[in-house]
Amino acid sequence: MPQENIQTRKPILTGRNLVKRYGRVTAIDNADFDLYPGEILAVIGDNGAGKSSLIKAISGAIRPDEGEIRMDGELVHFASPIEARKAGIETVYQNLALSPALSIADNMFLGREIRKPGFMGKVLRKLDHGAMEKMARDKLSELGLMTIQNINQAVETLSGGQRQGVAVARAAAFGSKVIILDEPTAALGVKESRRVLELILDVRSRGIPIVLISHNMPHVFEIADRIHIHRLGKRLTVINPKDYTMSDAVAFMTGAKVPEPIAA
Amino acid sequence: MSEPVASTPHNDYEKVLKDSSKDVASFDSDKPSALHKFRHFLHSNPSAVSLIVLVVSLFVFGLTLGGKFFSAFSLTLILQQVAITGIVGAAQSLVIMTAGIDLSVGAIMVLSSVVMGQFSFRYGLPPELAILCGFITGALCGFINGVLIAKVKLPPFIVTLGMWQIVLASNFLYSANETIRSQEIETNAPILQFFGETFKFGGAVFTYGVIAMILLVAVLWYVLNHTAWGRHLYAVGDDPEAADLSGVNVQRMLISVYVISGVICALAGWALIGRIGSVSPTAGQFANIESITAVVIGGISLFGGRGSILGMMFGALIVGVFSLGLRLLGTDVQWTYLLIGVLIIVAVAADQWIRKASR
Repeated sequence: MPQENIQTRKPILTGRNLVKRYGRVTAIDNADFDLYPGEILAVIGDNGAGKSSLIKAISGAIRPDEGEIRMDGELVHFASPIEARKAGIETVYQNLALSPALSIADNMFLGREIRKPGFMGKVLRKLDHGAMEKMARDKLSELGLMTIQNINQAVETLSGGQRQGVAVARAAAFGSKVIILDEPTAALGVKESRRVLELILDVRSRGIPIVLISHNMPHVFEIADRIHIHRLGKRLTVINPKDYTMSDAVAFMTGAKVPEPIAA
Repeated sequence: MSEPVASTPHNDYEKVLKDSSKDVASFDSDKPSALHKFRHFLHSNPSAVSLIVLVVSLFVFGLTLGGKFFSAFSLTLILQQVAITGIVGAAQSLVIMTAGIDLSVGAIMVLSSVVMGQFSFRYGLPPELAILCGFITGALCGFINGVLIAKVKLPPFIVTLGMWQIVLASNFLYSANETIRSQEIETNAPILQFFGETFKFGGAVFTYGVIAMILLVAVLWYVLNHTAWGRHLYAVGDDPEAADLSGVNVQRMLISVYVISGVICALAGWALIGRIGSVSPTAGQFANIESITAVVIGGISLFGGRGSILGMMFGALIVGVFSLGLRLLGTDVQWTYLLIGVLIIVAVAADQWIRKASR
């Protein structure tokens, strides 16, 4: 991802002066946020820095008290994650939001099922299992996940990494504009983490920008194009992982070091 | 836009990756044992266990009792005896699949039947209209359950325990403990006994109540497996939070389930009039326990999200087969209850074991 390209491009998703208070606690304190097309933006910060609140505001899970969110330059107000989803922002939650007893195909289409055309679909509300299975299979093979023999396998029969794969594939299948990944590797082993990281790079190569929230510095430095460092409720700085070391990032995060004014 | 490359290990702890497979999150394909396969089969076919038990028990009673048991007449008698339990069990299945429980099903059934009877005889309404009022009563009771559970967020057990008492008491207060006699219904409002009417098919005797149960189960099977509403019901029972984040309206879903459960109970109330002939406020006292028994033996998980409505019907039939079979053997009726108790515990243990197939 060439850096100079980003400077000339317009951000796809921006947040300006976002504020969210819970009683006397200010979770988001005049925070800004920028996501450019085709990039992986990592969001890092200490526990309690407000990064999950920031992400929730962007994904529609909470409504900020002040500030504005723009998508493609248009002002947006998401009342719920469903609305954000309709606008093309897909979030892969840390708990994945999958139904364990349902099949892979059922899970991918949960809440947006495809019905059969004509009488069967309109009157008898019959689902088009064939079409959904085909689309699910296509999406999974596109992402190199198609060693699955059976798309009707219950999600609970999959390993942690495979479940993450299904959740990311679901987001990639429908997230036309932005995908937010919340700690995608937190619960995974080394090998499975590696595969999920490759999956993320694969999604980016399709041109979909990704917001990655992670505590894992090696993972962040490996795949992020830019790193948004959150501290005390606001964006402290945005760094290029090529220009800084992991210890610099941790120093910024904890306040041990103060960055130069934001360039990005 | 850079192509994704298999990245080189960054840290010491990632060295193991060097020669590992490059497939992204591929799926294991090691050969499982026969027992494993069997468990997986049961896992993906939740009604199989109860079907196997049903067939085996039919076979055993057929062998020991011979033609006395294994005749079209006896077998259809079992169907007639389980029709009410099967219909109420269908309502119970829907609720239990959402990880809830409905203790008020029997009471709603009786109140609906009393409303159907009293509206025809006390107020002189046309019986068709009275039946409609019975259905509305069932739906309303279900709606109250649903709102208290989905909106007020009270536990289903408590809400329906309370509603059981409330509905049953209303039933006695409203009916003044009066039974409407069979002959009166026969002459003035025969449609109330519609589900008790029989037709013969060789030696087999069917009532419309039996047909109603089978049709109801078939329709619900279709709805659960082939409509979005059905898939959402499973998702809500499985993990309501995940369902919510996936865009399922969990509250609306729960309310609709309890309303439909109430409507099905009203149908059972109508079928109950056909079965016993009269309208009695003291009938069907054990319908809630019987329906839960059928659901549990049918392999529907009490923790929600798993099971098949067909399993519930097989479960109800197993109870019917045991009752009739043991009665024909001339054993004490308590043996039936004892065996059904054992079956319930075995069924839940089997459910736990099958669930481990996911590991």
